[in-house]
Amino acid sequence: MTALARLWKKIRHLGHRVRQLSGDDAYEVYVKHHAAFHQASVDAPPLLSRKEFFKYWQDSQWQGVNRCC
Amino acid sequence: MQKQLKFLLWVAVLGLGLAAVSAIALNRGESISAMWFIAAAACIYAIAYRFYAAWIAASVLTVDATRATPAERLDNGRDFIPTNKWVVFGHHFAAIAGPGPLIGPTLAAQFGYLPGTLWILVGAVLGGAVQDMVTLFFSTRRNARSLGQMARDEIGPIGGAAALIGTFMIMIILIAVLGLVVVNAMKHSPWATSTVAATIPIAMLVGFYMRNFRPGRVLEASLLGVALLLLAVVGGGWIDHQPMLRQWFDHEGLSLAWAIIAYGFAAAVVPVWLLLAPRDYLSTFVKLGTVMLLAIAIVILQPQVHMPALTQFTDGSGPIFGGKLFPFVFITIACGAISGFHSLIASGTTPKLLANEGDIRMIGYGAMLLESFVAIMAMIAATVLEPGVFFAINSPAGVVGSEAVDAIAKINSWGFAVTVEQMNQLARDMGESSLFARTGGAPSLAVGMASIFGNAFGKGMLAIWYHFAIMFEAIFILTTLDAGTRVGRFMLQDMLGNIWPKMGQTSWMPSVMLTSGLVVAGWGYFLYIGVIDPNGGVNILWPLFGIANQMLAAIALCVATGILVKSGKFKVAWITGLPLVWLLTVTTSAAWQKIFSDDIRVGFFAAANDLADKLAAGVLPLEKAAVAPKLIFNQQLDAYLTVFLVVLLWVVVLDMLYVLYRYFSKQPLMPLTEVPYQPTRLLDNWVRD
Repeated sequence: MTALARLWKKIRHLGHRVRQLSGDDAYEVYVKHHAAFHQASVDAPPLLSRKEFFKYWQDSQWQGVNRCC
Repeated sequence: MQKQLKFLLWVAVLGLGLAAVSAIALNRGESISAMWFIAAAACIYAIAYRFYAAWIAASVLTVDATRATPAERLDNGRDFIPTNKWVVFGHHFAAIAGPGPLIGPTLAAQFGYLPGTLWILVGAVLGGAVQDMVTLFFSTRRNARSLGQMARDEIGPIGGAAALIGTFMIMIILIAVLGLVVVNAMKHSPWATSTVAATIPIAMLVGFYMRNFRPGRVLEASLLGVALLLLAVVGGGWIDHQPMLRQWFDHEGLSLAWAIIAYGFAAAVVPVWLLLAPRDYLSTFVKLGTVMLLAIAIVILQPQVHMPALTQFTDGSGPIFGGKLFPFVFITIACGAISGFHSLIASGTTPKLLANEGDIRMIGYGAMLLESFVAIMAMIAATVLEPGVFFAINSPAGVVGSEAVDAIAKINSWGFAVTVEQMNQLARDMGESSLFARTGGAPSLAVGMASIFGNAFGKGMLAIWYHFAIMFEAIFILTTLDAGTRVGRFMLQDMLGNIWPKMGQTSWMPSVMLTSGLVVAGWGYFLYIGVIDPNGGVNILWPLFGIANQMLAAIALCVATGILVKSGKFKVAWITGLPLVWLLTVTTSAAWQKIFSDDIRVGFFAAANDLADKLAAGVLPLEKAAVAPKLIFNQQLDAYLTVFLVVLLWVVVLDMLYVLYRYFSKQPLMPLTEVPYQPTRLLDNWVRD
């Protein structure tokens, strides 16, 4: 049982990494960041919706050189 | 005890490495197992990473794990984000590894397997990986500044401008040559053409899914897209068997070139989410998956390399491109050994994610070693083919003749056995009508990969494996083409914005149209000339690309050497100084030969004059005479372009030497722009989770 649980944990960990790598979790990271940095201040920027954030995030990914030969 | 054990282990690694390198270098038999290549690479990488890279990180750069990185200090939850090191490694590797390390080694295999393999291994551990690592380090210490900004801040405005122009030039030539590779893979191949065409609507579907249907669900959208891509590979085979449908996708090189030019313009103008971003996700998944699959297949199958260690073409008479072993093997293989382009990723992009300076060795040096390994696998895939087959696929019609019988006779006369029937059978196995004169590296690599995959995972599907490999290369060639055109457009808008500010607005439609059109026209011209050139175009464009890419690497090494000396580390500045001297030697002598050589297959002016003489004497066949004036103009243009690149390079070098002169004569210098120390507040576990 413990071995199985450990394996399951490993698989979940790998899945977590794949989500990070692909940017699948970008919105969650942003929400965490927003909560950590902007919660207390009065003039905090409003929390974007998933759709709004994704637009913003995707466009910002393609501003510079990000693909090579 | 533990220490002694470790010592013994490293001695064993060293011994195995030496044995493998000698086996590769001294083998003169019929064939040699590819496992020696893998063993040599693994041992050399391990030793270089454990000792050389660790020494550079600790003693030269003195990376400081307690120092806050820009990702931490400037964290904005969007592009500056402290990220887990494995994730940064993945991003960095996916960004630096494009089609370059697959194509260069395949072309360089005309010299035999040995020169290319040694250069990939030595060039990577002493040159490429060092360049990537030090650039990543210096940019991390400078708020993730780009190479161009660092050149301006540390060396002077000339260095900065040169880096910018150099990048722009590489982009144009790179896209043209990559376009040519795709055209050569697709011409008169309905299967390849329909599969590659299908990637466009698939990417758009994925883009729509991520943007509107299920916003931000990158992973499920990508998996859906990859499944559709595999379906497109199989579907292409079906189309190939429909007499009606197949003729829609059966085209000459020139019409395919126009299609790619039109596509490139469209892709640069439409929003990123529609085409570029989703295509990039798909290509990254397919790329990582295929590279892993190839590594597994090579280890399972342990194929034999049939190419000789050295061929007679080291004398400069090679059919794929003209020019002697020195300097042209070092120009042909840029990515995989040392690639200036990487310094653009290592500065500006990756440092924004780096959570800890301690990870710089793994990300900067390690990712380049992995790319070098990809190049080794490409070399294996190209050289497992019988040499006769390799040359039949890669020799352009202008060199061996356009009839199969002539081409085979010519290749046999070089001493490489191959028959017309063998080539026809191979083409049938791969589901193609012909594999002759498919210059550029993609098809021969695909044949090599298909035979490795076929033998490892089932032989019945050779044609599917072949077209999978073509799709795999085409999809990230097209990603580079889209991304490169867009980057070129931004750079041009930026430059024009200095003259007329409105042109600098990246969303102003007239400016978008104009600058995209100019960039596409730039690479489109070289692509067009490459397609109409009977010698295949790759022989001209690839060396030009290599010179441009090595020039950018030399600029990055100049910046790094300048910073090292300014920081009082002159004694260890050889870590970047030596590769710099080597690159200067290589690029300058290659450029010199491309400009002044009398050999019409090497010298641009010699080729232009020869063609002009023949045209004037009226000895050219009618169809050749029609394109001759364009080819003559192009050869002259290429010569002036080479002059420009090499002058640009030496201007930067002299600028850097002037900085050194001022340093040693104690004259005032531009100060170092390193950001002052701030302790990190990130607990190890916080980021590493």
